Amino acid sequence: MTAVDLPFPDTDLSRDGLAGVPTTDEPQNRKEYTSDQEVRWCPGCGDYAVLTAVQGFLPDLRLKRENIVFVSGIGCSSRFPYYLDTYGMHSIHGRAPAIATGLAITRPDLSTWVVTGDGDALSIGGNHLIHALRRNVNLTILLFNNRIYGLTKGQYSPTSETGKVTKSTPAGSVDTPFNPVSLALGAEATFVARTVDNDRKHLTAVLSAAAAHRGTSLVEIFQNCPIFNDGAFEAFKGKGAAESALIPLEHGHAIRFGPDGSRGVARDTATGGVRVVGVGGDDGIDESDLLVHDAHADDPTTAFALSRLTDAGVLTQAPIGIFRQVERPTYDDLTRQQIDTATGTSGRGDLAALLAGKDTWAVGEPRG
Amino acid sequence: MSKQVKQLDRVIIRFAGDSGDGMQLTGDRFTAETAAFGNDLSTLPNFPAEIRAPQGTMAGVSSFQVHFADHDILTPGDAPDVLVAMNPAALRANLKDVPRGSTIIVDTHDFGARNLAKAGYTEDPLEDGTLDPYNLHAVDLTTLTVEAIKELGLSRKDASRAKNMFALGLLSWMYGRPTELTLEFLSTRFGAKPVLRDANITAFHTGWNYGETTEAFAVRYEIKPAEMAAGRYRNITGNAALSYGLIAASQQSGLPLFLGAYPITPASEVLHELSKHKSFGVTTFQAEDEIAGVGAALGASFGGALGVTTTSGPGVSLKSETIGLAVMLELPLLVCDIQRGGPSTGLPTKTEQSDLLQAMFGRNGEAPVPVVAPQSPVDCFDAAIEAARIAITYRTPVIVLSDGYLANGSEPWQLPDVADLPVIDPAFEVSDPSANADTGEPFQPYARDPETLARPWALPGTPGLMHRIGGLEKKDGTGEISYDPDNHDLMVRARQAKVDAVADALPDTIVDDPDGDARLLVLGWGSTYGPIGAGVRRVRRDGLKVAQVHVRHLNPLPRDLGDILARYERVVVPEMNLGQLAMLVRAKYLVDARSHTQVHGLPFKAAGLAEVLREHLRDLGDVPPANTDPEQPGRKSPATTPDVIA
Repeated sequence: MTAVDLPFPDTDLSRDGLAGVPTTDEPQNRKEYTSDQEVRWCPGCGDYAVLTAVQGFLPDLRLKRENIVFVSGIGCSSRFPYYLDTYGMHSIHGRAPAIATGLAITRPDLSTWVVTGDGDALSIGGNHLIHALRRNVNLTILLFNNRIYGLTKGQYSPTSETGKVTKSTPAGSVDTPFNPVSLALGAEATFVARTVDNDRKHLTAVLSAAAAHRGTSLVEIFQNCPIFNDGAFEAFKGKGAAESALIPLEHGHAIRFGPDGSRGVARDTATGGVRVVGVGGDDGIDESDLLVHDAHADDPTTAFALSRLTDAGVLTQAPIGIFRQVERPTYDDLTRQQIDTATGTSGRGDLAALLAGKDTWAVGEPRG
Repeated sequence: MSKQVKQLDRVIIRFAGDSGDGMQLTGDRFTAETAAFGNDLSTLPNFPAEIRAPQGTMAGVSSFQVHFADHDILTPGDAPDVLVAMNPAALRANLKDVPRGSTIIVDTHDFGARNLAKAGYTEDPLEDGTLDPYNLHAVDLTTLTVEAIKELGLSRKDASRAKNMFALGLLSWMYGRPTELTLEFLSTRFGAKPVLRDANITAFHTGWNYGETTEAFAVRYEIKPAEMAAGRYRNITGNAALSYGLIAASQQSGLPLFLGAYPITPASEVLHELSKHKSFGVTTFQAEDEIAGVGAALGASFGGALGVTTTSGPGVSLKSETIGLAVMLELPLLVCDIQRGGPSTGLPTKTEQSDLLQAMFGRNGEAPVPVVAPQSPVDCFDAAIEAARIAITYRTPVIVLSDGYLANGSEPWQLPDVADLPVIDPAFEVSDPSANADTGEPFQPYARDPETLARPWALPGTPGLMHRIGGLEKKDGTGEISYDPDNHDLMVRARQAKVDAVADALPDTIVDDPDGDARLLVLGWGSTYGPIGAGVRRVRRDGLKVAQVHVRHLNPLPRDLGDILARYERVVVPEMNLGQLAMLVRAKYLVDARSHTQVHGLPFKAAGLAEVLREHLRDLGDVPPANTDPEQPGRKSPATTPDVIA
């Protein structure tokens, strides 16, 4: 067996997630991105906030609206494409990343988005998610994590905390949950971020960065289900609470949070990971010893360590922002490049020559 | 010395050896020589699922049968006239298929106690009289090969690996095959390793010369080229023909070909073949699983590609939900099922036709899917194009049912004129520049063409036609989500009616009934075409009458099939399953179709089918004259009887 060095695709293309997608100078507005379909989520559902943010943010991309496609799986959040006036496909449970992969490989002129949930992406569709991430197909995946199965009315999900009492686990769930960010980093993802449904500014900033990233961008969105898992993200609601519980990650900045920046994240030399520390004062560490976030680090080790600051059980603290954002050639660019190279060196294939192959023989007049 | 030359009209040779002995390669090369010589031919590779089963055991035996003739033949043949057995296990595994009086060439090198025991022999069959009824040539091929190439300095083990080329050389001499292609092939194949190249070429020449100079081989045989229609020919396997058919369909429709596939026997060769043809704009995507393979293909179809997935039965099971989605989305999609023995993992390398009902009904809900089945290796090319035509024209997934026998078997192919291939019009929906976005009617993604009942195919990127599709029930016309009872009833029937409408454009069914007065009809589908046709020829040579119909479109069945079946007193349906098409035609046409089934993992034998047909004819009162079948026991010299049969 041999391996060959693959030439890095065109560098401009390889750095812009939206390169190749036709743009427009016509101003766009949120209304144009709103379809005529009645939105049918429960009152108070976190999905509304995300939909509003996306409808408000898409015009900023200045893309031709017809060149945007949303593909979803099954679940509450997967109804998303129906409410956007773009092209869309509401597919089947867990398979949206696979379907979107085929579309993205063949249509570099499209901005392809995947909308999925914790059950859709991490349970039934877990395989497709990890393989999309390792391949680094040019997709933006919005993973709505409400830590519950909503559409099937309240069973625990692969992100529900151990011990969770639900309709299917009256004695408490014995499953260990996934940490979606840890999982994505382990799957060789090149862009991994987390945001929350109730912070539109943060949500929009993360989505913008995700869309601009060439490769698979995974954005976990903490999203409240008011019917079956209300309060799952209560620790982050309200200004004071958010300030104390959400750990903002900003590339190039020391990781600091809490009232007056009284807390921060530093290396934990005992474990090789990171830990939350107090900053300043008698007990705290010096500000200069705080970890400076490097989302562009080639090595995902620190990003993984940061992802572990998320509680596995009931959430009391979690980092948000972009954990990792690195460049790597995308599967679809490399695939198209191989086709272009083949066509370029040997020319467009000649069907008659293909059919004939190397060994042919002629039969003239019938022989007897 | 001068050798006697005997004329034969046809010969069946089977090469058999250990999985590592290179029998498939040997068979391939003999086939290429035979094709170049101009005989008609048909091949049957037969190999275990294990890559290298324990050496010398029955489980590890791999064989390749080639049937070639001076006339048109339909099958790889029932029973070998010549068996080449490279070890005791190969002899034991194949001897039961060899008629008495046939020729057996045995490599005696491995006939020691240990290898005899591995094969399950308690006595040496070369010594105990087992092979007395045969024309036996016991030759230590291995030692002859090693001796011939010892100057090249290869280890004994490496040198012995060239023994298959010795065997090929010997058989090539016996049957007067042209050698240029083989020599050219060996030079290319081992171009980077001159020692191995020289070893193989020397072994080949030594085998040839051995035949020419040894008294043991006193006779050469001559099988004249077959009369074939004028044109240019090549030899091709079903999987290669299918691959080329897909590329041709891509060219003829202008849609880029996208294959999403997961490796599976016996379909992987299509993935391998298509991955070589990037210059035709072909994208191959080796997916993480079967579901992703079909999912990516469907995603590509949504974007305007010709989305294809290739698999075998277990893969179709996994793809079922996505095929159902494609039914609902009404998008073109090709699912090529290269059937193998089932259920479950079943017999991966053996053939079967047992996925018909899965293709027809293996989805939740009322999810009709057109089904097309090629009938020969060459026909896989046309079947692929036909399936693509249906998929694109009617906006529907289509299942192609090939099988392991077609996939690996080969036959000569008269190359089509590319200019004569059908053109497939994808008829994409385009924006109407005159429509005003504010006042114009919204785009109706589920409006239907009055003739084909197909919906418009509007590609992402088309201005003004933004729409959403999905697996939830669609409202007629608008495609919005609809739970309305009457709408669901309408849409279920509309999807069925659309698939039924495929039959409107099909040609009349070909009924092969030479005098038009047969009382018995044999109905088949798929790869049984060759064996059934050969069986029918035999029965007709007895002076009996039997009609043959072979259906290519399994869903929808041809419009005229019901009337045709009703015209015959008896309909018999041979299938390599437990009667799946028989069940369908009984249900659909209330015809008392008689099922004849076999699930050996191997194709039907013509002689066996002929006997089944005779049995039915006797039952109907058509008494055949005295048995004249040349392949019945008692036949004296099978390889030298001049008769024209399939």
